Amino acid sequence: MNAEVKLFENGKRLDGRKPDELRKIKIEAGVLHRAEGSCYLEWGSNKVIAAVYGPREAVPRHTQNPLRAIVNARYNMAAFSVDDRKRPGPDRRSREISKVISEALEGVILVEKFPRASIDVNIEVLDAEAGTRCAGLTAAAVALADAGIPMKDIPVACAAGKIENQVVLDLGKEEDNYGAADLPVAISPRTGDILLLQMDGHLTLEEFDKALDLAIKGCHVVSDLQKKAILQKYQSVSEGK
Amino acid sequence: MAQEKREIVIPSQLLGDIKNKKAGRGTFVENGKIYAEVLGILNKNSDYINVTPLKGRYDPIEKDFVIGIVEEAMSSSWLVDINAAYPALLHVNEVPWDVDFGETERYLNYGDSIMAKVLQVDQEKKLQITLKDRNLYKIKGGQIIDVEPSKVPRIIGKKGSMISLLKKYTKCRIFVGQNGRIWVDGDDEGVKKVIETIKMIEDEALSFGLTNKIEELLKKDAKDVH
Repeated sequence: MNAEVKLFENGKRLDGRKPDELRKIKIEAGVLHRAEGSCYLEWGSNKVIAAVYGPREAVPRHTQNPLRAIVNARYNMAAFSVDDRKRPGPDRRSREISKVISEALEGVILVEKFPRASIDVNIEVLDAEAGTRCAGLTAAAVALADAGIPMKDIPVACAAGKIENQVVLDLGKEEDNYGAADLPVAISPRTGDILLLQMDGHLTLEEFDKALDLAIKGCHVVSDLQKKAILQKYQSVSEGK
Repeated sequence: MAQEKREIVIPSQLLGDIKNKKAGRGTFVENGKIYAEVLGILNKNSDYINVTPLKGRYDPIEKDFVIGIVEEAMSSSWLVDINAAYPALLHVNEVPWDVDFGETERYLNYGDSIMAKVLQVDQEKKLQITLKDRNLYKIKGGQIIDVEPSKVPRIIGKKGSMISLLKKYTKCRIFVGQNGRIWVDGDDEGVKKVIETIKMIEDEALSFGLTNKIEELLKKDAKDVH
């Protein structure tokens, strides 16, 4: 670890953000025409594209559940998404992220409506700069809504963390690499239920509570952007040319 | 009807209270409140709050007429893609021909299109379709266009007003499947016209007074031709 890296300067972070400030987020729904629903999202320098297929009959057959649909999220990082070339294909990290995202999405999708089916969500990380699982889940949620899949809520994710003994929102790349802790959280913004919660590093109980509150606050901000993105696409359709 | 805009709702949007209205299609109830579950258009005119989905797969309902594409011929049945989440089963007993065991491929094969009726949808969403009804047959010739299943009612219009307009002005044969597939057959000019018009209806499905607008358009073009 490089102790020389200063993550704070005059109360501002490396990229000039305040401790409770998010990176710039841009969301666009319905960017792919072959997928049933899709979303392109930029979160700082993260660039993520998500595509939804289905509900369709689950294959192989033994994965089918006669009572509900299964949600298959596939998180994948492009080889060119990081500084060094990433070896293509699923590795331990991306398999874990795929699993936690699938489970988070299952919590909001009305899976009982599609017995025996699978809903496939492909999340492709084109450019990575810390917090790709949050960006991926946020994009996947918009893509699901765009695909017209019945959901109880549009999930949203955001991370908080600790750098130089201070709890901050939405870690950037250096902050993630040299910081003390990272806490990605996904919630269902309508009910406030937590869908995903992971922690990397150490936080005291008080710091944890503070970070969680901060992350949830961030989630609500991102949630508004998500809803705006969906409405924007369809409002323009409804107004007709 | 007033020229107000149709309201688009997104999942999780609060629509009302269970005390005042009943929760209809595309909605769910939690703690006495009604929320939207799909992206769609809000409809509050009746006692029910309904959300008509803007996108999504065709949700099969019994007795719907659909257009299917054969995916697989098995020894005593076919699997047919009807644009739903699941393939539909067409059993040899449900076709008008006398098919011997293992001879299914001689009648319908992979890639063939059929007009069919949804016979049965069970709790597990296993689908069965039939060809035993009026005017159901294997499609020969013509073209199939895909539209959003949710926009089919607009293309048909009130009591078929829109579709009869199209038929009248283009002299094409048209069959609209509830699953968002439309079969068109006729002379090239007419088919082109139909496809263009349907695309337009789809794009402007949310505006009011669409039937009149389309009629004017078709009338104008008809004059140009003759």
